[in-house]
Amino acid sequence: MEPIDEKILGGESRCELCAKRAPDTMSRRAFLRRASILSAAGIVLISPHSWAGRAFASTGNHNRLVVVFLRGAVDGMNVIVPHGDPIYYESRPTIAVGRTGTPGGVLDLDGYFGMHPALVSVMPLWKERTLAFVHACGSPDPTRSHFDAQDFMESGTPGVKSTQDGWLNRTLAQLPGAHGPTEALSMGATMPRILSGKMPAANMPLGRGAARPMPLDRPFIEAAFDRLYTGKDPLSVAYRDGRVARQKLLAELQQDTTVADAGAPSPQGFAQDTDRLAHLMRRDSTIRVAFLALGGWDTHVSQGAAEGQLAGHLRPLAEGLASFKDSLGPTYQDTTILVISEFGRTMHENGNAGTDHGHGNVMWVMGGQVRGGKVYGRWPGLQPGELYQERDLAITTDFRDPIAVVLTQHMGLAEAQIDRVFPARPHPSGNADGIVKA
Amino acid sequence: MNDTGAISEQERPLHVLNRLAFGPRPGDVERVRQIGPNRYIHEQLYPESEVPIPDSLRRQVEGYRTLHLSPLELFRQFQAPVMEVRRQDKGTTNEVLKNDLKDARVRQQIVMREAIEARVARAIEGPRQLQEVLTAFWFNHFNVFRGKGLDNIWTGSFEETAIRPHTMGKFRALLDATAKHPAMLFYLDNWQNTDPGSPGAKGRFEGINENYAREVMELHTLGVNGGYSQADVIALAHILTGWGIARENPNQMMRERMAEGFRGPMARFNRPFGRRNPNQVPPPSPNLFYFDPKRHDFSTKVFLGHTIPGAGISEGEHALDMLARHPSTARHLSFELARYFVTDNPPESLTGTMAARYLATDGDIRQVLALMFASPEFWDRRYYRAKFKSPYEYVISCARATAAPVRNYRPLYGTMQLLGQPLYGCLTPNGYSNTQEAWLNPDGMMMRLGFATALGNGNLPLERPPFEEAAGEEPGNGRAMKAKFAPSTRAHPGPHMTPPDPIALTQTLGAGALGANTAQAVESAPPQLRTALILGSPEFMTR
Repeated sequence: MEPIDEKILGGESRCELCAKRAPDTMSRRAFLRRASILSAAGIVLISPHSWAGRAFASTGNHNRLVVVFLRGAVDGMNVIVPHGDPIYYESRPTIAVGRTGTPGGVLDLDGYFGMHPALVSVMPLWKERTLAFVHACGSPDPTRSHFDAQDFMESGTPGVKSTQDGWLNRTLAQLPGAHGPTEALSMGATMPRILSGKMPAANMPLGRGAARPMPLDRPFIEAAFDRLYTGKDPLSVAYRDGRVARQKLLAELQQDTTVADAGAPSPQGFAQDTDRLAHLMRRDSTIRVAFLALGGWDTHVSQGAAEGQLAGHLRPLAEGLASFKDSLGPTYQDTTILVISEFGRTMHENGNAGTDHGHGNVMWVMGGQVRGGKVYGRWPGLQPGELYQERDLAITTDFRDPIAVVLTQHMGLAEAQIDRVFPARPHPSGNADGIVKA
Repeated sequence: MNDTGAISEQERPLHVLNRLAFGPRPGDVERVRQIGPNRYIHEQLYPESEVPIPDSLRRQVEGYRTLHLSPLELFRQFQAPVMEVRRQDKGTTNEVLKNDLKDARVRQQIVMREAIEARVARAIEGPRQLQEVLTAFWFNHFNVFRGKGLDNIWTGSFEETAIRPHTMGKFRALLDATAKHPAMLFYLDNWQNTDPGSPGAKGRFEGINENYAREVMELHTLGVNGGYSQADVIALAHILTGWGIARENPNQMMRERMAEGFRGPMARFNRPFGRRNPNQVPPPSPNLFYFDPKRHDFSTKVFLGHTIPGAGISEGEHALDMLARHPSTARHLSFELARYFVTDNPPESLTGTMAARYLATDGDIRQVLALMFASPEFWDRRYYRAKFKSPYEYVISCARATAAPVRNYRPLYGTMQLLGQPLYGCLTPNGYSNTQEAWLNPDGMMMRLGFATALGNGNLPLERPPFEEAAGEEPGNGRAMKAKFAPSTRAHPGPHMTPPDPIALTQTLGAGALGANTAQAVESAPPQLRTALILGSPEFMTR
């Protein structure tokens, strides 16, 4: 579908009030001044329900979870390539990634699996063993509809369409302590399904417009609205939480801009988003979960092999993830990153040198506590009888299994809490056990 | 403020306008005060005889050409060309064809845009406000998602023909119309629902699909605790096998079209989905509903404790009768209506009497509404301004109260999207929630206030003419349309709109509409901020 244009309000606002552009950078002092305006208005920032209250509800576990969704179904077979199996090469005469050692050949991982050469930027992570993969992983629902499959992967309830909220939002509800507006962050203009639900979550527009001031950021406009929302009623609480979150994010972003201007050129595209997210996460320990989405994986036609369409999307993905690690710095130790996609693609290439909607796929698990350097899962094989419906990689690991391991081992959830995040989950395969350190 | 007893005389006009309408337009509060709230309720319950539609709005809606096309015509004009290009493009990467495909896709967007504009225009300006409120309500109840395949072109038709005519009629008619519209058949997959042992079972029609059967009970009729079992879901799925979508063969149709030089009518039709022999199938009806006996399970079923012998399409009609008349349906619908019109957690005293009226009138929605609007709960002070507006309600009510002369709807539906409620954009069949819990969040508050400030400052480009008018061109090829649909707002010099006058806005809302704190805050604010503050006030966030 064509999304309806999202660039509606934001920076297009040019009124007499905003004619004087806010300064491009906002100093710490300005931030503090605003905070003091809030205080002067008699607003109590620290309450058990407010964002600031969270600082007093220390839980001991400050680990973070970042989910990257590859929308459109990435061809996992060409991401982590079973180059040790001749059937792979027979099935994909023009789009197979070449054998190890050939020009543009796969980067061998363990003798059987290899990595697409466009992913070379994350090879150091594999070698330092903070990057792992779970192959033949995915949602057990048989749908090959992007719409349904993404929905199921975000709701966390394959086959059940009426689930209201997303599993990442339900995860928030299970984290101990008070919950604040910046506990969850989505990079993008609208709230994705995976984060929608009862728990508050903030979203941050992408690209250059993200730090652009809104009318409400201007102190005299803000001061006027402050007078409307001084009570303890839910609207006033939401208003004040919103102001705090906005000021905080804005201040951090302005600082980023200053840093970037002073030094290295700003990264582009996905790397710019991961870079921005990394800076926010480093400075704000209350951000516990974050979400990014990346499109362009629906390679029905002219998918390419070592080079081409898929490679052109994998390269920035790998570069973005590698620079994410660098930008996170020490925070990488507390962070686990999952890269997921709604389903895999057909084993055989189609008549258009592409692949069609399939079933099993590969999940990435990356982070300081990950036991990496290993392809997890149970490989179902590529013989016709071993394929799902004789055409797609079968699924031997439910996508909820590795996530559940990360939620318990990394995020500190109890087993009973996993049942609330993933209700009616089938008995776990155990294939991803130990993928992250406790 | 006194929290017991009934809503005061002074508050009643605004109350009915907040509940039966999307808030007041200028003069509405005063008019309701003059004729009395009960008279207004009566008018709104009988709009066909009581409330004329202004010619300008009627002409505007008639001008949305695609809104009045049948699903068959929509398919022919907007989907068949896409399929034809794809067919020609097999295995090649022809630039011309690529552009043709782009054009065809851009043309498809016109269909959705017209549906959105027609909905928003009528919600803002239409005097039959209860009809507009109920159209949104029932669409949401029978939600389909524009982003799922062909629903991109069929969603507008679904609302126009399956929802809108039945909003205040018998619920059974609404259920029937939605069950048979291709938008619903496609969205909840029943078009594929096939008896695996039937002669028509092959390919994508290989077996039972329970999706619609489940949702029609859980969401549309009985409700989740409505007393049905998984066995009933399976039984209903079997009863509804073969309820599908007729389709002409687009490839053959295009070849004919080419041969006729695009002049002749579409004379010959072909197969329904999944069947190959053109001679056995009647031409598709304009609404494309098609019962395929070759995919139907003719065995006897037991559904909700009743035995239904195999008979074909009449089994499904019988099952829908049972569902529409079921006491659980009466309770479920009464709860949903009371939740929208009265309070997030409506009392049993109200929903119980509504359900009784529903059963006594054979599911007459108008009678249930009339009872609800006359109930003590509807006028209970505890529920005055107790509803937090959804993004849709908030945006529409802002446009109504400021009477902004809208010629460009994009900033309005774009705001709904930013606030998490894109029009026709709810993925899940349960539709959007209508509770404070669902919509009140810090981020949403900030965006609402950003919208209020932009509108209050005259800073939304609402008065810009629609792009095709501005360019003075007929809608021709897709690329030209795209250029016109995606203008840079900066490319058009001149004012966005006249900033709404805060004094007029205060009069529109009526005396006593703003509490002392808000009134004081507005009073002490700079004049250019006052409209924004009123629209962003807690009083205006609620209804």
